[in-house]
Amino acid sequence: MNEELIISGRDNLMVDPHLHIWHWPIPLYLFLGGLAAGVLFFAALYYLMGKENEYRSAVRRVPFIAPIALVIGLTALFYDLRHKAFFWQLYTTIRLESPMSWGAWTLLVITTASFIWCALHIREFFPDWDWKYNWLRELETFFNKYKKHLAWVILIFAIITGVYTGILLSAFNARPLWNTSVLGPLFLASGLSAGAATIVLASKNREERLLFTKIDLIILGVELFLIVHMFMGFLASTQVQIEAAGLFLGGEYTMVFWIFVVMLGIIIPGVLDLMELRGRHIPAVIPGILVLFGSLMFRFVFVFAGQVSRWLY
Amino acid sequence: MATRRQFIRISAMGAGAVMAGAAGLRLLASELTDGQKATLTALTGRTPTYCEVCFWKCAGWVYKDERGSIQKIIGNNEDLNCNGRLCPRGTGGVGMYHDEDRLRKPLIRTEERGKQSFREATWEEAFDYIAEKIKVISAEHGPECVALFTHGSGGKYFSTLLRALGSPHVAAPSYAQCRGPREVAFQATFGEALESPEPLDIRDTRCLVLIGSHLGENMHNGQVQEMSDAIDKGATIITVDPRFSTAAGKSKYWLPIKPATDLALLLAWINVIITEELYDRPYVEKYTYGFEYLKEHVKNMTPEWAYGITTIDPTVIRETAREMANASPAVIVHPGRHVTWYGDDTQRLRAVAILNALLGSWGRRGGFFRTETFELPEPPHPAYPTPKRSWRTEFPDLYKMADTVLANGVCDATVPDPTRACEFQAWIVNGTNLMETLPNQENTLKAIQALQLLVVVDTMPMEITGWADVVLPECTYLERYDDLRVGPHRKPQIALRAPAAEPLYDTKPAFYMARELAKRLGVIEYFPFETMEEQLDWQLKQVGSSLEEMKKIGVKTIDRPYDDLYFYPDEDVEFYTGTGKIELYSLAMEEAGYDPLPKYTRHEEPPEGYYRLNYGRAPMHTFSRTANNPNLTDLMEENSVWVNPRVAREWGLSTGQYVHLMNQDGKRSEFPIRVRVTERIRWDSVYMVHGFGHQEKKLRRSYGKGASDTNLITRVLVDPIMGGTGMRGNFVTFITDLAGEEVMS
Amino acid sequence: MRYAMAIDTKKCVGCSDCVVACQTENNVPIGFCRDWVVEVMDGTYPQLEIELRSERCNQCENPPCVRCCPTGASHVAEGGIVLVKPNKCIGCGACIASCPYDARYPHPKGYVDKCTFCIHRVREGMKPACVAVCPTKCMYFGDLDDPNSDVSMVLKKRKYKTLIPEAGTKPHLYFLI
Repeated sequence: MNEELIISGRDNLMVDPHLHIWHWPIPLYLFLGGLAAGVLFFAALYYLMGKENEYRSAVRRVPFIAPIALVIGLTALFYDLRHKAFFWQLYTTIRLESPMSWGAWTLLVITTASFIWCALHIREFFPDWDWKYNWLRELETFFNKYKKHLAWVILIFAIITGVYTGILLSAFNARPLWNTSVLGPLFLASGLSAGAATIVLASKNREERLLFTKIDLIILGVELFLIVHMFMGFLASTQVQIEAAGLFLGGEYTMVFWIFVVMLGIIIPGVLDLMELRGRHIPAVIPGILVLFGSLMFRFVFVFAGQVSRWLY
Repeated sequence: MATRRQFIRISAMGAGAVMAGAAGLRLLASELTDGQKATLTALTGRTPTYCEVCFWKCAGWVYKDERGSIQKIIGNNEDLNCNGRLCPRGTGGVGMYHDEDRLRKPLIRTEERGKQSFREATWEEAFDYIAEKIKVISAEHGPECVALFTHGSGGKYFSTLLRALGSPHVAAPSYAQCRGPREVAFQATFGEALESPEPLDIRDTRCLVLIGSHLGENMHNGQVQEMSDAIDKGATIITVDPRFSTAAGKSKYWLPIKPATDLALLLAWINVIITEELYDRPYVEKYTYGFEYLKEHVKNMTPEWAYGITTIDPTVIRETAREMANASPAVIVHPGRHVTWYGDDTQRLRAVAILNALLGSWGRRGGFFRTETFELPEPPHPAYPTPKRSWRTEFPDLYKMADTVLANGVCDATVPDPTRACEFQAWIVNGTNLMETLPNQENTLKAIQALQLLVVVDTMPMEITGWADVVLPECTYLERYDDLRVGPHRKPQIALRAPAAEPLYDTKPAFYMARELAKRLGVIEYFPFETMEEQLDWQLKQVGSSLEEMKKIGVKTIDRPYDDLYFYPDEDVEFYTGTGKIELYSLAMEEAGYDPLPKYTRHEEPPEGYYRLNYGRAPMHTFSRTANNPNLTDLMEENSVWVNPRVAREWGLSTGQYVHLMNQDGKRSEFPIRVRVTERIRWDSVYMVHGFGHQEKKLRRSYGKGASDTNLITRVLVDPIMGGTGMRGNFVTFITDLAGEEVMS
Repeated sequence: MRYAMAIDTKKCVGCSDCVVACQTENNVPIGFCRDWVVEVMDGTYPQLEIELRSERCNQCENPPCVRCCPTGASHVAEGGIVLVKPNKCIGCGACIASCPYDARYPHPKGYVDKCTFCIHRVREGMKPACVAVCPTKCMYFGDLDDPNSDVSMVLKKRKYKTLIPEAGTKPHLYFLI
């Protein structure tokens, strides 16, 4: 028999009996951030491809979700801080080795950019909108002139936003479950698929819906592939990684992962999307909600399970 | 019109402003936390003290933070008890001071005992109440019927009070509930008891035999330190324990002995040492009496005989005996501390003493050194009145070799008995939680209910306070002066305890309490000094020092008059026994009607489905006293019951599960206890640390945490020789169904 | 100058004095600890072995906690010690998650706290509180770059190990075995 015990009663808040320093605000932000990234990515992409009138929802309307999601997400992040009065220290320095530092600055840029983008399209919802002040009207003109540049900024920073959270988690080699380079692309894929699903839900244009259903299907396929790849990596790696994978292969997070994330979040909506593309008419709301739900659950499960995985004791 | 250039300029200026402001603030950011800055300032200004958490009385220094709150206690480098390093209890002594559950005001009982209904009172009221009652009891029954139970420095003053009144009945549970049998055994053999700290030359020993000692889990500071020194020097450690203790983990030999058979092993070792002529022949010939009787007595107690009883391989018995003899005289067969196990403990300790004598370790380097103490003048007072009677005169045939008042004896003699002339009527209890100290809690309660007066003096609302008539809140050792510690050690030392802070709440030192009671009881002349400061200064000036000096140095070492730490070669040592020699064959015991040589007796074994209840210590706690200390509960807040994996499989137990324990008399543990499945314990026993399972709700941190072993000790095996209460004759079984009970741990 | 600590597991008795001493020295709040003691037990009765270790932040040479800190609050100071500037810390918890030894904890005041090798004492020429109090004197502290320091001498004489060297952190806490 082998026992490895802490005998001096260590019971540090949020560290013992296993790490639980990040609660619901973090996965919530990860989901909202990923969603906003996905939505903004498609908006910028199709704008740059000149399709802003063909895919009105994607480029002009759905992006309104982004600033809301980002603000809620940032509020959640702020709420999670334990030393809130000093949050501004994040903006006194750029630390290249810290993904969280990139994130802080990226969010600054993308949130500002998304507000600007929405401001430019405010007349989708309020056709008679007037900016009242001259300097605001001048800003509008200015940004309309440089809309292409803005779109590029949004495109790039949306990708960064979508991928950096995965990189952030994967840089924690102390948490074996997160320590896989697949996590970055997987988060990006999940965010893009959430974005695509939102567009499908909101769009009134059948062609747009079909396109994004196709896109969503492809991305779901990529996600599935990455997940399988990730498990193969874990099981071929060190003891701690095998144990971490065990959390999903018989451990406490098995049910939640395979049913909520994989089945309900990827496979079933994928099948429904396929059926939709083959002509069977499926109410778009079902796969859409399922994908969003799956994306949210994926982040919850990973953040919580990752904190359970450990090297010692 | 906003141009791109302007936009960039505006943004840059904005960002620049933010960064400049931040840079300015950055200068103010320190990298030391408040706590670290506080300690640096606390390092100036310190008060000397000696620790009161256990009985070792290590001397130390108390430091306060910038707000005057006690922050840190460290050891005094000059102190031989601790060598500048306190143990975890001493270091955690600050918790005793800061504990919010401390007693704050004197309390007087309003309803029946046990209902826990008290009202706050003034000190005057409390003293008047107590004095009145004592006067009545003294008049009706005699002052001898007032008894004191003490395990704290304050006991000195209540003891003076009682003796001034004419009562000889001052009982320390540390005698009959702990070390009593070995004091009697060593007194009978070597002519002197061991006292505290034991005169063990561990740091120079070449072989340390721990039979009944779990040094490292019991935190006798100086001894643990010296054991570490011994390990550095390559000493062999031999541990005899049914459990794989920490010491066993550092031992060359661990003998996993069957419980209750230690005496057989000791006798077999004596057999091997005599048969193979490994004993220190010159030493034995010069200093001992009764060798031939001993040789005859152990003739048939061979390792093979012992193997059948103890399950220890005869080869191992021989090897370890040879190892001991090889190291002789720098060998110590440790006498243990808490030795009240099965009722034949005095005889077992006699075997330990005899073994040490054969190995020639008494009075030799690496064995037992000769302590030197120091006499401090007593404050001048009239002679104490002679008590008209005492327990010794009333019970001449009972426990003939006990030479101190037995705590359990007083307890028993309080329970009304028609065949007895009188009972104890009043108890004063200072610094000992009798409910957890005395086994057979039911008996203790019966005695308490029969009392006319129960006064409890304590710092914390321990269980015993709930039964009191008057509770007097004592301030902690950090808030008071006490008598100087004069310890016997390699060199005699005096240590000062001075208050580091004013008593918190409405607490007072025991000196004040005893003095106020003395005033009311007409014996104030036995307390000639009004304050401890005056007394201490007077005493110190008598011996060439002063209170001022002691406050600066904390500990004063006095040189030994002679360089006689060990026997000189061929020294004609006179031992304080009848024969003047080390009595291997004890004439004193023979005279008193007991076996002059130890015999092995078989003890009862656990019935089917039951396991022997073994208990012990953890190095971060002591007694039941520290279970509420915030710093120490941080280390260990509950005990667990160690279960062997074979047993766990049988019962379906797993680590972390909570179960109740029930003993052979059907007594169930009050609270459930956590299971630890471990290979470290034998399949016929279970093990738990003593001092948990507090039932007093006012101990908010420790209430309901863990289980109390005392709860389950209903069967008491009394040693007929000196009245020691053997507590290891209880067996427990598991109750796995908690029936929806809430677990408080 | 590289500060390091060595713990002799053969002498440690697991008394946890190091934990309390650290608590009172550094005002670690009740309920938290900067160091802790581990017992490793192996075997079947009666062939048993035990190892006792006093653990704390390893003051790694390759510290993941410094890398992931977004504000630079977590930084490497003199002697290679890793410290946290309380007024730079935003309490995001990344460093706590990044430590494979779980050595950090969130202080109730909001910032992140951990063992500092009692740098405030070391600067004054004293040893860390845990090393100074240990009753078995099983803890050694000093400068690895000084061949005559306690810790350098003892590492020359004894076999030792570190914890999870494969995590690549290059810890400065050694266990003599």
